[in-house]
Amino acid sequence: MLLIHCPYCEAERPELEFANAGEAHIVRPKDMSQMSDEDFEAMFFIRDNPKGINLERWRHVHGCGRFFNAIRSTVTDKFLKTYKAGEPRPSGDEIAELMK
Amino acid sequence: MARVGTKAATAATKDLIAARTFATAGMRYANATVTLDAAAPAARVSLRAADRGIGVYSRHLGFELPTTPGATASKGSTHALWLGPDEWLILDTKNANAKLVPTRANAAISATDVSHRNVGFILTGAGAADGLNAACPRDLSLEAFPAKTASRTILGKAEIVLYRTARDAFRVECWRSYVPYVWGLLVNGAQDAHL
Repeated sequence: MLLIHCPYCEAERPELEFANAGEAHIVRPKDMSQMSDEDFEAMFFIRDNPKGINLERWRHVHGCGRFFNAIRSTVTDKFLKTYKAGEPRPSGDEIAELMK
Repeated sequence: MARVGTKAATAATKDLIAARTFATAGMRYANATVTLDAAAPAARVSLRAADRGIGVYSRHLGFELPTTPGATASKGSTHALWLGPDEWLILDTKNANAKLVPTRANAAISATDVSHRNVGFILTGAGAADGLNAACPRDLSLEAFPAKTASRTILGKAEIVLYRTARDAFRVECWRSYVPYVWGLLVNGAQDAHL
């Protein structure tokens, strides 16, 4: 079974305790009423679907209940890193370092 | 005469309405390695608190809430189980009427009585961990899940709170409507652990 490191439980937990919650680091606009329909659509509906490294939100739903972010490869299903919600998006260099 | 008859009928009907069966009544299973028992009715509180709230509820409880992942704290029959960074399950396993919810409201905490939402099962014996692992994917070795730790996890498809009270003793807390499903899995696991 795939083990996922939960940054809040500070331990590896079986994947059955987790739920994927979509793409990470989507910034909600301060004033949605000022957005054009096209911009709103891009922010609200359009998601990346990369083959390879993906930054995702996950939730430890059958554990501590917390949302966190993960860097996962959609090809190998390998989790390169998990980190707490609110922490900055890892730079390309950091991700390249993790992939070594 | 007719009046007396009516009274008797009313009394009989009243008795019938008052007949209640506890969700886990009569549930018991034992083999050479595992014993499964339904836990007695308990008082339970779902507690959400952060920062100042931790101190507020600790004072109400009379002991400190645990703040490290998986940790528990106990005093007498009252137990506080860490479930998440700001969430605890508080149990009184002996006194189902224990006053676990503070009578005075406090904005720093949210304490909700969930005594009737959950039921408990007690697993004891050398095969208890193996029996649970039949349906629970967690590593239940003593290194990964030592005595006096607790965690919310999953048993088959049902969410449970698992509390290891001693080396070979667990308490499983599940929602009342899950009882037939959870009990079936626990008995199956206990049978497999004995093979």
